[in-house]
Amino acid sequence: MNTATPRTATVPARAAWSSVIRAGESLTLTDLHGNQAVDFLVYDAHDTAVRYSAPDTIHAQGGIFLTTGSVLMSNEHTPLMTVTADDVGRHDTVGGACSKESNTLRYGHHTWSQHACVDNFLAEGAKHGLGKRDLVSNINWYMNVPVEKDGTLGIVDGISAPGLALTLRAERDVLVLISNCPQINNPCNGFDPTAVEVTITGENTAGATSVDHVTTPGAGT
Amino acid sequence: MATSTTYGARDHARAQEGSRAEAMPVVPASDWPAPPPESGPLVWAETVAGGNYTHRVLARGTEVRLTDLRGDACAHLLLHHADRPWERLNVADTVKVQWNAYLGAGVLLLSDQGRVLASVVADTSGRHDALCGTSTLVRNTERYGDGTPQSPSPAGRELFKLAAAKNGLEPRDLPPSLSFFQGVTVTEDGTLDFTGSAGPGAAVTLRAEQDVTVLIANVPHPADPRPDYVSTPLEVLAWRAEPTRPGDPLWDATPEGRRAFLNTVEFLAARGIA
Repeated sequence: MNTATPRTATVPARAAWSSVIRAGESLTLTDLHGNQAVDFLVYDAHDTAVRYSAPDTIHAQGGIFLTTGSVLMSNEHTPLMTVTADDVGRHDTVGGACSKESNTLRYGHHTWSQHACVDNFLAEGAKHGLGKRDLVSNINWYMNVPVEKDGTLGIVDGISAPGLALTLRAERDVLVLISNCPQINNPCNGFDPTAVEVTITGENTAGATSVDHVTTPGAGT
Repeated sequence: MATSTTYGARDHARAQEGSRAEAMPVVPASDWPAPPPESGPLVWAETVAGGNYTHRVLARGTEVRLTDLRGDACAHLLLHHADRPWERLNVADTVKVQWNAYLGAGVLLLSDQGRVLASVVADTSGRHDALCGTSTLVRNTERYGDGTPQSPSPAGRELFKLAAAKNGLEPRDLPPSLSFFQGVTVTEDGTLDFTGSAGPGAAVTLRAEQDVTVLIANVPHPADPRPDYVSTPLEVLAWRAEPTRPGDPLWDATPEGRRAFLNTVEFLAARGIA
């Protein structure tokens, strides 16, 4: 059956989410409280060896920031998704995900016990048969990472605000993984992780039902 | 020479020994005619043709010097931990952790496990890129008419797949790569400027800080605007040396790098290696 009814989920602070988005469907991400960084990976749903490539995306559009019109390219230089609307104007392709390991370099070994995006990606990806080898440099929606003339690069205060949204259209059947960033050491989310909303709209031309997963961090995670 | 018999064919084949090509490995590497003054005995000496690839496993403490012989080489590089290839170069961590998007002397090539795989210990080029990755079959077919490995215009990713396969790795083991000798800079609004190369003779020396599998594809940079596929030979020379240790200026150059070296040595010590 076709699913023209929007499917909506709230992804709590620090949580992971995943879903297959069928070709032609759109995924809208809403920054409910402002300045949340949404770490995002996308794979060809039928061949996950074909996955988002930051360098192919950067090279294809000739720049490092994503906004309306940006096409998310795969490692085989084929389109996966297109940004069709964007209230913010700039999103990051360079910084990748935080991890417990990189946090020890960035801030110190005291951060080892904190939550981090790579753990979300590993746990959520495992539901779809993905492992560590399948994690690559990802998009950070709403995250602001400028590069100075001398190459100095850093995550600075966000330019998003409560309610700002962006929409992505799937150019083929894709598997999307989201880690709603738990980082509390840099300004990507104002040092305060908050919830975001995901909404899937549009005709499901494949006629298949997609199953969304949300993993909420809680006791024992 | 008659090759119509097995004996003749064997003689013909054997008579080729000692032939020289412009691009070839020299084996043993110690036969390389002009070792760099800073090197010890060479363990790898090779000239990689434009549009070709090479790969080698290097022990911790090995230094490898890449030289752009004629000014149109571009060394696309990937590193995997030799024993546990799921630990591999992480370009995003490399630029983010070190607060810089550009590659040059003093930059550490970081794994996804908060450790150092290799250090850039010398650089006379300054034209490198950590943003655009390598070329693909689709794009090279659009631009040059073909991108397959046996074509006149092989794509970097296709060559990486072959080099990876020869080390037991698959396409999904190939993350974003770095490229040396053809540069890109970022303008204030985030757009890219292709800077091209620094010209013939530029060299970069890397030091392996763990045992690493090195994959190199020598193909044009994906942002090279020239309509022709321009790719000239890359020289690769490696020799045994010492890994970075406490007291080396590189060890303490940045707090992030110091912690990366500490993590690396801690990991190796637990394995009984360092």
